[in-house]
Amino acid sequence: MSITVDQISRQFGNTVALHPSSLDIKEGELVGLLGPSGSGKTTLLRIIAGLETPSAGRILFSGRDVTNLHPRNRRVGFVFQHYALFRHMTVFDNIAFGLKANAHRLSLGRQEITERVNELLGQIQLEAYAKRLPAQLSGGQQQRVALARALAVRPEVLLMDEPFGALDAKVRVELRRWLRHLHEQLGFTCVFVTHDQDEALELSDRVAVMSQGRVEQIAAPAQLYREPANRFVFDFLGTTNSFKGEVRDEQLYLGEQGTLRLPKVANGAAELVTRPHEISLSHSPSDSATLPAQVSAIAPIGAVVEVELQPFWEAPNLHVTLSPRDFEQASFAVGDTLYLHPHRLMLVDPHSTALTPVS
Amino acid sequence: MQRVGDSLPVKWTLIVLALVLTALVLVVPLIEIVRQALAGGVGELLDNLTNTYTLSAIWLTLLIAVITVPLNVLFGTVLAWLVTRFRFLGRRLLQTLIDIPFAVSPVIAGLVYLLLYGRNGWLGQWLAGYDIQLMFAWPGMVLVTLFVTSPFVARELIPLMQAQGRQEEEAAVSLGARGAQLFYRITLPNIRSGLIYGAILTNARAMGEFGAVSVVSGMINGVTISLPLQVEQLYQDYNTVGSFVSALLLAMLAVLTLVIKGLLEWLAERRQQRHSKVAEDV
Amino acid sequence: MSKPRRILPGFHLSLGIALVYVSIILLLPLGSLVGQLADLSWARYWSIITDPRNLASYRITVLSAALASLFNMLFGLLCAWVLVRYTFPGKRILDALMDLPFALPTAVAGITISTLYASQGAIGQWLGFKVAYSWLGIVVAMAFTSVPFVVRTVQPVLEELPASVDEAAITLGASNAYAFRRVILPFIWPALLTGTGLAFARSLGEYGAVIFVAGNMPYKTEVTSLMVVTRLQEFDYPAAAAIASVVLIASLLLLLVINIYQARFFRRIHGNQHV
Repeated sequence: MSITVDQISRQFGNTVALHPSSLDIKEGELVGLLGPSGSGKTTLLRIIAGLETPSAGRILFSGRDVTNLHPRNRRVGFVFQHYALFRHMTVFDNIAFGLKANAHRLSLGRQEITERVNELLGQIQLEAYAKRLPAQLSGGQQQRVALARALAVRPEVLLMDEPFGALDAKVRVELRRWLRHLHEQLGFTCVFVTHDQDEALELSDRVAVMSQGRVEQIAAPAQLYREPANRFVFDFLGTTNSFKGEVRDEQLYLGEQGTLRLPKVANGAAELVTRPHEISLSHSPSDSATLPAQVSAIAPIGAVVEVELQPFWEAPNLHVTLSPRDFEQASFAVGDTLYLHPHRLMLVDPHSTALTPVS
Repeated sequence: MQRVGDSLPVKWTLIVLALVLTALVLVVPLIEIVRQALAGGVGELLDNLTNTYTLSAIWLTLLIAVITVPLNVLFGTVLAWLVTRFRFLGRRLLQTLIDIPFAVSPVIAGLVYLLLYGRNGWLGQWLAGYDIQLMFAWPGMVLVTLFVTSPFVARELIPLMQAQGRQEEEAAVSLGARGAQLFYRITLPNIRSGLIYGAILTNARAMGEFGAVSVVSGMINGVTISLPLQVEQLYQDYNTVGSFVSALLLAMLAVLTLVIKGLLEWLAERRQQRHSKVAEDV
Repeated sequence: MSKPRRILPGFHLSLGIALVYVSIILLLPLGSLVGQLADLSWARYWSIITDPRNLASYRITVLSAALASLFNMLFGLLCAWVLVRYTFPGKRILDALMDLPFALPTAVAGITISTLYASQGAIGQWLGFKVAYSWLGIVVAMAFTSVPFVVRTVQPVLEELPASVDEAAITLGASNAYAFRRVILPFIWPALLTGTGLAFARSLGEYGAVIFVAGNMPYKTEVTSLMVVTRLQEFDYPAAAAIASVVLIASLLLLLVINIYQARFFRRIHGNQHV
């Protein structure tokens, strides 16, 4: 089932939780809504489920207008942030709940319900826990039960609110893979909310980045990272290095100390941004390495080495990541002066904050 | 937000049902008290109010409250401090013990005091040797009221102090605070509303206790008749108006108790809202 | 294991005060009941408590209390639900009124109910059957005095029920009735049962409100607490103590059962870690 969000907005009193937003989600697609808290992502998800009423706009499921349809009749699976398992029911009864509540409509017998629940228990690998109560399960297990409960009625749409938010890092990664696998198997359309960029980028076919009640960009993960639409998306997806200065004759002047060649950039104030891995460092200045900075901290973090540098001009510290091998070859220490060579830069539009690559 | 039972017909059916039933069960009796007290006109009401027996009943009722409330506030606070701030052998037993007056019929409360301090009771006999008689006199009425109202303050404070934990007090001790200072500066501000509420409940029950007090009172006119006892006495004497005048006094006390309780809750709610608002702004 | 150091002050002082107070106010008087009972022979004790008039009073007390508690179970659940789930004008007043039976002296409640439900009374005249001076009057009095128990026990538990649990049931396609029966009722069931149990315990011992309405006819409308007072007025202390012990044991057992049930349920739902 495809989902169309058509100019949906939501106001609570005077505060706008969601500005008019539109999204097209294709059948079988896995879409992540990514944004900081208060960005309106959960509101949007709840509006799709029918748990929240939009102030204006329409929701369509495969072209059918469901805006005024009670959530009871929308037949979407919803996984809640803290699972909302029924604490007094066993794992089995939790999963069977939707089937039993609709036994009439679905014309399901006791036998069929038992079979279907057992099948789901197998899929979530909790056959042995059927008789346990939610309180006797770990967080990861509870999360899987919540998912099975939502999937039991075979919804064509699965919505998840911060599905892995309350779990520790390792369980989270495992569950992500498992969900990806399940999605490939069952083919439901899935929308989930997260504030974790890794989660969004790893799981989703497409990611919608949201901020202050607006969808800033919706794109495939690779494209999103490579071509962020604006400054917010760029900042939200990783660490930002910013160069602010004055452009004169295709040359960026950063105070007295640094200059940077910028072909085809108009004169005037300008800001450019770059990622930590898009800068290389050298001990001596050259045509390309023109920006002096002093190493203020070095932190080896697993697969990369993070270097923090204090630029010679008036500006916040810069961050550069190197592979451990490159770091060993470069051989420098805290206090050394190095010269920066950014090999990929994005120019920030001062009004719209849109980004354009500079070559 | 969608919750179970939010559809308008369900909602309003239930609200109306609750309001009608409450009106029948709780409001109609209140109105009836006023109606009966005024049945003989305002003049008769005032006559009954200012008659010597009523005045002495009011006086005795106040006396009982004035002794009972402070003692049980003190006891309740000490007990709450003890069971929420320390772990020791018998802590749970102590907590169960102080709940007993809730479970005991007031009549039985009166009875056990009569058995202990009465003419045949072993403490009663001993006291009689010094010409002290507690039963069928006001000290006995105070004693049973102490028994009946002993759990109220502790009951309010224990959950409150448990929820607050002892970190704040421990922090204060580590900063050098001492006993009384610790209590007045750290503990008291946190439990003030619970303490006031407990005191109000204690007061309401102390002034209104009937069963336990009636057993040990002896019903001596103008001496050991408190307001609730006077309500009974006049009612049995077919002086309905007089009985309802005293009842009206007690009912007004009850309504006042509810108003103060509501006010305290409203204030606490407002404070909490303000706090959460501040937290949001930060 | 070494003794844990007590960081906060006042342990010995508060322990001392608590023990002295509990002993004087609680234990000594309750002990005197045991003392009085010890003076009775078993045969005499048995003949007192199985006296036909007393037996009739147990039956009346238990039946009336059960009926009153049943009413309060439904009424309390309705009020708790309405107070937690809905906003409407007058909600604050309704909430405050729930405590009226605790604040209003029982004697006042007794004479008022008796006057209201008398055959000429404001309510009694409209009823085709006798309430005051019959066992129905006892039920009304007991129901009135124990209104707050169910409301005040269920209310906080219902407040605790997260909205997402309702929403989960709804998104799974459950109807209002189904969701209430299968999800919400089981959640508040222990509180509902506890509140009803407390109301029942209170009704068993109720005296003040009941005696004015009951008519107090032997074998017909005498409650057990009245039997205690009747024996006392005859200065038959041993008999009063014997009957009292029956009421006392019944209500203490009831409380014990309620506490054990609550603890077990709490463990089931929250797991062992927090107990």
